[in-house]
Amino acid sequence: MEAASLPAAKPKALRVVQDWLSKYGLIVVLLAMPVYYGIQDLSDEGDLSRLGGNIVDGLSNGSIWALVAIGYTLVYGIIELINFAHGDVFMIGSFTAAGFFGTIGLTAGMGIPGLALGLFLTLLVCMLTTGALNVMIERVAYRPLRGAPVLAPLITAVGFSFILQNVGLLWRGGSQEGIGDLINSQNTLFTITGVEITNGDLLAMGTTIPLVILMVMFITRSRLGKAMRATAQDPEAARLMGINVDTTISLTFLLGGMLAGAAGLIYALYQTTIWYAQGFTAGLIAFTAAVMGGIGNIKGAVLGGLIIGIIQQIADNRIGTEWTPAIVFAYLVLIMVFKPSGLLGEQTREAG
Amino acid sequence: MTAAMGNRNVKIAIFLVGLFIVAILPLFFNESSGFIDDCTLALAYIVMALGLNIIVGFAGLLDLGYVAFFAIGAYTMGWFASGFYAEADIHVFVGEFASSIPGIHVNFLIVLIIAAAFTTLAGIVIGLPTLRLRGDYIAIVTLAFGEIIHRIAINGDEVQIAEGFPLTNGRQGITPVDKIDLPFIEPFTSLNLRPWYWVALALALFVLFVNFRLRDSRLGRAWIALREDEVAAISMGIPAVKTKLLAYGTGAAFGGMSGAFLASYLNTVNADQFAFSFSIFVLAMVILGGLGSIWGVVLGAVALTFINYRLIPDVLNDVPNKVGLDFDLSELSFGIFGFLLVIMMVLRPEGLIPERRRQMELEQGIGTGDTELDLVEP
Repeated sequence: MEAASLPAAKPKALRVVQDWLSKYGLIVVLLAMPVYYGIQDLSDEGDLSRLGGNIVDGLSNGSIWALVAIGYTLVYGIIELINFAHGDVFMIGSFTAAGFFGTIGLTAGMGIPGLALGLFLTLLVCMLTTGALNVMIERVAYRPLRGAPVLAPLITAVGFSFILQNVGLLWRGGSQEGIGDLINSQNTLFTITGVEITNGDLLAMGTTIPLVILMVMFITRSRLGKAMRATAQDPEAARLMGINVDTTISLTFLLGGMLAGAAGLIYALYQTTIWYAQGFTAGLIAFTAAVMGGIGNIKGAVLGGLIIGIIQQIADNRIGTEWTPAIVFAYLVLIMVFKPSGLLGEQTREAG
Repeated sequence: MTAAMGNRNVKIAIFLVGLFIVAILPLFFNESSGFIDDCTLALAYIVMALGLNIIVGFAGLLDLGYVAFFAIGAYTMGWFASGFYAEADIHVFVGEFASSIPGIHVNFLIVLIIAAAFTTLAGIVIGLPTLRLRGDYIAIVTLAFGEIIHRIAINGDEVQIAEGFPLTNGRQGITPVDKIDLPFIEPFTSLNLRPWYWVALALALFVLFVNFRLRDSRLGRAWIALREDEVAAISMGIPAVKTKLLAYGTGAAFGGMSGAFLASYLNTVNADQFAFSFSIFVLAMVILGGLGSIWGVVLGAVALTFINYRLIPDVLNDVPNKVGLDFDLSELSFGIFGFLLVIMMVLRPEGLIPERRRQMELEQGIGTGDTELDLVEP
């Protein structure tokens, strides 16, 4: 009796463990680093302010990745293509911002109203430039290959990524370039329970949150957003229902590009250094974020971006900046292998 | 003698004549001429491109992290044939000069085999996680692995395997690396490039031969079947896991062999050599020549090597200045490769010398469109 029931019980226990791992394994892996260093902080210093600082910085950084990741996720949701050039579109956004500061003569000495107006103008210019650029890339490099094997547009995407990097290289040279710290981004604005909130943090979150809300509203409420979701679900059926699929895809690239442009501006203001190769790493990090959240899912991209930002900040602060990309990419591989559907993966078909 | 056999004999004759010309080519140039230098690089890149062709062209697995295998092969050479680990004192079948200096010095041919073994293993390790994934996810995971290896190469000087044995020498690079030292002939020097050329040629011929034999083998047909239709191939009894891993392993081994050769030839193993752009450089060779087409890939490798090392820096470099623009064309080289990728994919996705099977597919693709039209028209 007992002998018969034992082998049956064992697989069940194993299955429970497996189910639990596939549900929460990713979350456990993600929590490992903050929890480990939190305990270390508590035992060494007695409070969590250092970890808190990491998390706040991470959230600001993460909001930049979130904006870039939405671009990946939108495009993947609608045409199942990893838009490899997206990171470099983000880089062009940073460069446009830096160029436009010079053109309109924005300096840190201006009053807050003038600066705010100037930055708002820059934001518009950046978003329009990168949006248009992204639409152009789609038109030139992806549309002719619709219906070709999956790898063909991916290869043109890689090609375009290189072209854009070279544009950046010619535009502002090959070395890292410091740009004026217009908003005194490291200036502490206020302190909550030992955690410093800087101007940069406020700017990053204050720009990202409205943009993401606007984006989600557009996609869930507007007619064009509905067309986008329909095309993502079934392009053929959408076409039959009278939706212009090509225009809808262009619109998706426009939105993704605009968010990347905004992210580029925030990055330039927050990091105050830009260079032509920033887009490659940023693109991979943001892609990791998109996959982590569940590709095709906007909320997932935002969540993934924030988490990756925190991981990156903790790694920067505790392990060493030079190892951070390797750690983020290791996370990418782990997620791809063990949970390719991501944290909120069940909703991927909805693309919203 | 049948017509087919006659055709085959003509092909073999053309190949032998071509081989003879290629083999005696360095005798017409100065021992240390830049042309032989470029040719030697081209041959080494042919080996690499043929390796990548097995993964991308035959098996259809887009690998964007091929540089990882170059890195591992080169570091194998750096570890086992240089004075880098000065505290060790190991000498295996090496000439007088290498025997007299401290460090680990192993004969080139043995290192070549070790490099092939290491990279095969690395190829399988990198391949394993991608088995369940779709094509574009494979690309990203391999890219991530390539970047991780690159990062480890850059920061490896902080990683101590044992006291006094760092993993890599970071951006300073492991240098000098032992010159190739074959039995019965004079040790190679950097002044006479001809022997290097012939060794590279021998490697390229070996890899070429293996490529042809593999393509026509049971395994090669299995790769192509998996590339064409994975579900159908599996249901016909092709073991997908084993077949894909063999593609990664073989392709990686060629990358490693070429990497070991290049480490010795370039006399350095430097972390900056292993950037993502190199993966794209090799991929561009495969795409330019034609995915899956062996002669196409050879042509692509030769063409891109000469574009990169001769045409852009020497011949065309003054062009921007002449038309009044202020930049070096060599800065643009990777933009040019990117442009090449886009143009090739949009205008001629089958490559310069298309593989017969792929060309058929592309033409049939157009054909199906035509039949639809036939249905509409009376």
